[in-house]
Amino acid sequence: MARYLLIESRYSFGASEADFCRDLARRLATADNRVTLFLVQNGVLPARAGAHGPGFADLVRVGVEILADDFSLRERGISSDRLQPSVKPSALDVVIDRLADGAKAIWH
Amino acid sequence: MTERKTLTFALMDAPYESARTTTALRLIDIATKRGYAVNVFAYEGAVMLPFNRQQPHPNAVHGRNVEEENHLLTKDVVAALMKAAERNGGKLDWVNCGLCVDERGAGEAIEGVRRGSPADFWKLAEASDNTLVIGTR
Repeated sequence: MARYLLIESRYSFGASEADFCRDLARRLATADNRVTLFLVQNGVLPARAGAHGPGFADLVRVGVEILADDFSLRERGISSDRLQPSVKPSALDVVIDRLADGAKAIWH
Repeated sequence: MTERKTLTFALMDAPYESARTTTALRLIDIATKRGYAVNVFAYEGAVMLPFNRQQPHPNAVHGRNVEEENHLLTKDVVAALMKAAERNGGKLDWVNCGLCVDERGAGEAIEGVRRGSPADFWKLAEASDNTLVIGTR
């Protein structure tokens, strides 16, 4: 089982490019890989409860771990109790943890 | 004791233009605090991050002088990261793309920055536990 770290830094209000990491994460997880989708910068915006968009519950169902950078959340005034239940706030350290563990990493 | 890892980052953004720079420097900060060996290959506008002629400035709009404005200079951040790496038993090897430097007249980098080419990025990545490329788009 390969490990993947997908870092999503963008949010373009439903534009197709913002779906890149979602689609890739779903396909990798469905193929029995261990996948973390790490949201950072404007990438945390769709993690808000009630945000327009498909949400992340479908990714969690196929085993994707969804984390949101706590610094990016604070910068944007998003408290952890305003996140979708499928998204967990996280320190950026997790990215270094995953890199150090040899996960294949993609920044988007 | 934390195992010493080697991580390589490729950066492409010029200073003061993108949140990616802030995130990249935060990542490097975490790695240097762990005593990791950290390599940075700065490409395109990122070669300006350690440019030694960066100057703090006052902010007339907000009525602040230079000291009050306390403007953050990326060259100081890079220097601080190099010191932190050394203090924690690691190393920050910062390589500026030479052609990118020449194009931008950015040859006056802070001490510790060296000049290289994309071939050096390949060598650094080959010798690392992992590599993260943070592209502009």
